[in-house]
Amino acid sequence: MSTLEIHDLSISFTKYSKGLRQETTQVIHNLNVSINKGEIVAVVGSSGSGKSLLAHAILGILPGNASVKGRIVYDGQELTEQRKAELRGTEIVIVPQSVKFLDPLMKIGSQVQTSVRKGNAAVAQKKIFEKYKLKPLVEKLFPFQLSGGMARRVLLSMAVVSEANVVIADEPTPGLDADVIKEAEISFRELADNGSAVMLITHDIEFALKTADKIAVFYAGTTVEVAPVSDFSGKGENLRHPYTKALWRALPQNEFIPIKGSQPLANHLPKGCPFAPRCENATLDCLKEMPEEKMLRGGMVRCLYAT
Amino acid sequence: MRMIFSFIGRKVIRLLSLLFAISVITFILISHSPIDPIQAYIGADMMRVGPEQREKIAENWGLDEPPAEQFFRWGSSVLQGDLGTSMIYRRPVTEIIYEKFLHSLALMIIAWLLSGLIGFILGIAAAMKKDKWADRIIKWYCYTLAATPTFWMGLLLLMIFAVWLEWFPIGMGVPAGVLTENVTLADLISHIVLPALTLSIVGVANVALHTRQKLIDVLSSEYILFARARGEKGFTLIWRHGIRNISLPAITLHFAGFSELFGGAVLAEQVFSYPGLGQATVEAGLRGDVPLLLGLVIFSTLFVFAGNLLADLISFLVDPRMKERRPV
Repeated sequence: MSTLEIHDLSISFTKYSKGLRQETTQVIHNLNVSINKGEIVAVVGSSGSGKSLLAHAILGILPGNASVKGRIVYDGQELTEQRKAELRGTEIVIVPQSVKFLDPLMKIGSQVQTSVRKGNAAVAQKKIFEKYKLKPLVEKLFPFQLSGGMARRVLLSMAVVSEANVVIADEPTPGLDADVIKEAEISFRELADNGSAVMLITHDIEFALKTADKIAVFYAGTTVEVAPVSDFSGKGENLRHPYTKALWRALPQNEFIPIKGSQPLANHLPKGCPFAPRCENATLDCLKEMPEEKMLRGGMVRCLYAT
Repeated sequence: MRMIFSFIGRKVIRLLSLLFAISVITFILISHSPIDPIQAYIGADMMRVGPEQREKIAENWGLDEPPAEQFFRWGSSVLQGDLGTSMIYRRPVTEIIYEKFLHSLALMIIAWLLSGLIGFILGIAAAMKKDKWADRIIKWYCYTLAATPTFWMGLLLLMIFAVWLEWFPIGMGVPAGVLTENVTLADLISHIVLPALTLSIVGVANVALHTRQKLIDVLSSEYILFARARGEKGFTLIWRHGIRNISLPAITLHFAGFSELFGGAVLAEQVFSYPGLGQATVEAGLRGDVPLLLGLVIFSTLFVFAGNLLADLISFLVDPRMKERRPV
């Protein structure tokens, strides 16, 4: 049984477009992904495609005009909004993108202490700072005084200190240098080894490949493929979905072939397979409806012709 | 330390140039004013004063000299700490300002504290209930107040509470016909309530609207989202992250609002015949009392400048982001 399972998750937003006309935009549809204890799953997709909303939906902190369908199951128990409110910060935590997610007028030490759930907060905070090589002086600093690498370690230490079972990291790497990224890789692996289920939400496919066990490829609001990391090798023969293959081949160290076209916007999705307009192998059948998920060689894929 | 010295130095230079500019402009305006100080001083007895006597008064007051010379004479004595003698009160200007300021100070402190506190609370309430009926009422109230002239609000309160309900006296600082030593604290309080209330009510709008907007911004910020993701909610969330981030700008704004407070006091004191600085300013203007008016202008400039300085100092000393970035 997985620690966290997401079934057919759909998120849509309602807003007033002109005057009193309401417009609904579905940003995530029929998304499925699951994470086991001790496992790192990376949800990889391009920037601005709504990946962060997945994290916010799991925690139940979406804005008021969002509506969520589908099921999120944690430890065999379905997460209702009320249950999410109880679990967030204790059993399910998020590692935010940047230092902007810290209160600008509160000292780092006290902010980390708010994340401690058991025991003496100050002691726990000092211990975690030691573990992440943060000097005691950092406690007294304000967020704007942190360097990029320090900020990353502080944010991560907040997740670790809460001793949560599920850690969701939202874009953990942008703007960091190679050393800090290496450090982050190790820390996430450590978290998983200590029994947490880790979800990395990222656009950085290289980081995902180095860190995760499973890769869930996010395209136009849904997962088109879930594959073990080992499948990303050679020319991508083991990969299942044409988008994943193209993504793999587009990497500079591989063939460096760009994918033509761009991802459809959430409010202009094609009726059938969202990748069909850019797919070389697309047929008329692909345009009819969104392909069902199928299990294939230990992974999942949404493509009529996947083999 | 060096930063603090350069901060103070800059402020002092700014203050001196401001004071100089203000006194020159005021002097020019007064010397072009149609009010004849001698006529304003003598009033109805003007018919009985001959041209020779007028000339003598003018000579005595130095009014026969050219304006530039008058200004320099006044300026050099100001530099020696002498603001001159008021024409209408026949007493040193500093003494009058001191006496009137004590009256106004109580009024302004009460109004400033009340409007700040009420405005802050209303702003928080409105932001927490954004777009709900409570927010709409508070916003409507603030917009109405922002468009309300102080004297009109004063007259309204006067009508309701002094004339119809007879809860408070109609005006003045102390009861009429009572010796100074017989005036009780209760008398003083009952006389200050209405003008202070007028000033407070009018002063609320600014702080409330500003606080509301600021809290709305803070509540939609990323750090509030993250705090919620850590399980914080309700009052703790607002208290810990909201109030902390909105109180500093609100306090700064409120200190910077000293000018409006002073301007409001002038009008409120006039409506209630309250013997403070405001009333003295109106008198000095209407009766062409140049030394007193100039003294008041300088004093009010200092007062407003002090407010702005306090606002700057508070954000400079309290906000960690304004301090020097400490290397780690």
